[in-house]
Amino acid sequence: METIIDAHNISKIYNKESIPVYAINQVHLHIEKGEFTALVGPSGSGKTTLLNLIGGLDRADEGSISINGEEITQMSSGDLIDFRLKNIGFVFQSYNLIPVLTAKENVEFIMQLQGINEKDRIERVKLLFKQIGLEDKMDYRPSQLSGGQQQRVAVARALASRPQFVLADEPTANLDSASANNLLDIMWKLNQEEHITFIFSTHDQRVIDRAKRVITLVDGRIVSDTNQVPINH
Amino acid sequence: MWLLSLAWKNLWRNRSRTLITMASIFFAVLLSTLMSSLKTGIFDNLVDNMVGYYSGYIQIHQKGYWDEQLLDNSQEQNPILEQKMLKIPQIKGFTSRLESFALASSGDLTKGCLVQGVDPNRENIITNLKAKIVSGSYFQQGESGLILTEGLLRRMKMKVGDTLMLLGQGYHGATAAGKYPIVGVVHFGSPEINNSVLYMPLESAQELFGAYGMVTSYILQLENRRNIDDVKKEVLKISDSNLEVMTWEEMMPDIKQHIEVDSANMMYVQIFLYVLISFGIFGTLLIMMAERKYEFGMLLAIGMRKSKISILLLMESILNVFVACLLGLLASIPVVYYFHVHPIRITGSTAKAYEQFGFEPIFPTSTDSRNFLIQAFIVLCIGLVLSLYPMFQISKSNPVDSMKR
Ligand SMILES: Nc1ncnc2c1ncn2[C@@H]1O[C@H](COP(=O)(O)OP(=O)(O)OP(=O)(O)O)[C@@H](O)[C@H]1O
Ligand SMILES: [Mg+2]
Repeated sequence: METIIDAHNISKIYNKESIPVYAINQVHLHIEKGEFTALVGPSGSGKTTLLNLIGGLDRADEGSISINGEEITQMSSGDLIDFRLKNIGFVFQSYNLIPVLTAKENVEFIMQLQGINEKDRIERVKLLFKQIGLEDKMDYRPSQLSGGQQQRVAVARALASRPQFVLADEPTANLDSASANNLLDIMWKLNQEEHITFIFSTHDQRVIDRAKRVITLVDGRIVSDTNQVPINH
Repeated sequence: MWLLSLAWKNLWRNRSRTLITMASIFFAVLLSTLMSSLKTGIFDNLVDNMVGYYSGYIQIHQKGYWDEQLLDNSQEQNPILEQKMLKIPQIKGFTSRLESFALASSGDLTKGCLVQGVDPNRENIITNLKAKIVSGSYFQQGESGLILTEGLLRRMKMKVGDTLMLLGQGYHGATAAGKYPIVGVVHFGSPEINNSVLYMPLESAQELFGAYGMVTSYILQLENRRNIDDVKKEVLKISDSNLEVMTWEEMMPDIKQHIEVDSANMMYVQIFLYVLISFGIFGTLLIMMAERKYEFGMLLAIGMRKSKISILLLMESILNVFVACLLGLLASIPVVYYFHVHPIRITGSTAKAYEQFGFEPIFPTSTDSRNFLIQAFIVLCIGLVLSLYPMFQISKSNPVDSMKR
């Protein structure tokens, strides 16, 4: 298998001056291509922090993180932005989209940042909207889409740049269970058919059940890391 | 291009905010243009009244004449100097005058007056005297009549065709006396001039005062008054050492000072206006940045460089400020023209002061295009300088903090 994330002994410490809080405490994490991994744990356990660290949004205070063999902990913040654009897709809990752009333009946007030509962009946008099942809503503004539809567009946007992996911090937290299911269906299909690597955090047991691997965090430490047979139809 | 289109869309995401910003910039440009046009207009009006149509921008006298304005301080007509002056391109033209006080009398009425011996043709070219005729006619060739100012004519209770007697002291103690028919009447905006001046052909005046071949001053008109100091230098170079060259500002320091005080007052109002709109624009920028903080964090997270976000923000500001400035500039044109054609007529103590100085009490606007462009440019710069603030905010932001809710 192909390793895409290799985090070694990473820690994130807040309040270093007074009483230090280890949001992430000496964590080792190894992610391979094609994973469909859930990051779970109680509130405040460090899920968001860990995702931010491996996504290059935040800097670790200790340890090293290599993505696709490239060490990101020493990168300048400018290089890190470019690195994220090239290698990592992000889906956030909500407000993923630029409100003044249509769904299609939002997906195209990231490819424009990458400097991809119009013809390729249009082709890719079509394919992605087909995959998320929103071909008929391409020209809608985010405000005209439901929360679930917005999250699907966010998934398309994350994939548009052909990243190494997609990080999703509680992507279903604001969705009803039908929409959450639908989003997971799409992610699962992309994982199965396109071998897209997904790492997502969640509180929702039904979402946890759909992962192939479940990593549990408590107080900034990994307390369990298990593979399971996902319940995906 | 796609960034520009995004900037344009962002501009209209909060229609009322954008409109408020644009309106404040629009009115700032309009008001400050109106004010500076008024400032220049008042200035021009004063200068035109007093300087352009009467004293000229530059005068050349015998040294000492200005301090003691006597015929005995007059100079000889100087054809060589005249030749040289014609060669200076910034000089539009010149004329010479022989000027002295005399008593005008008719019947038992006697009034002091200022006799201006003028070259009929040149005087008209330089100060447009013929256009000021309100009754009678301008000087005819070879005729030795008088043209009186309206106020003087009234004070003398005379009319065109009557004969006026002039008495006074001539050159080197000679007695001056003569009788002349009144051929025309002129009107001056400046009450001081309008009540005391009378014109006669230069040769008649020289004869009256026994000052043959003499003039008291050369009066120079310029192509563009703004390079007056350069012209003065040129004229100094060509004139003999017994002559003095004076600009209108040196001849009438009171007026100059009055204009400066007025300009300074106007400037404070303008600065106040600039500060006001600066706060207005800054306030909307602050709100805008707070509202879009999360979004900028998200853009940073997905890989949009800070420089690109800054360019986006700069484009938004430029579009906003530039469009508003342009509209303000366009709107100010008819407004300024209106007040040019229908000048504000002032009353009260300012009006009195103006009349004392000898000016018509009106505030016309200037239509000098520089006023429009400079004001629009200043406001544009203010807008652009303020738009550095969002860019600065972006430069020190990071995605994690920005996306914290
Ligand atoms: N900026 C910060 N300053 C101080 N402490 C912080 C900061 N950000 C996070 N923390 C702390 O780090 C720990 C981990 O937070 P994190 O947000 O990663 O938890 P989480 O697992 O994502 O929680 P949730 O399920 O509520 O989203 C928490 O104890 C939190 O209080
Ligand atoms: Mg979290």
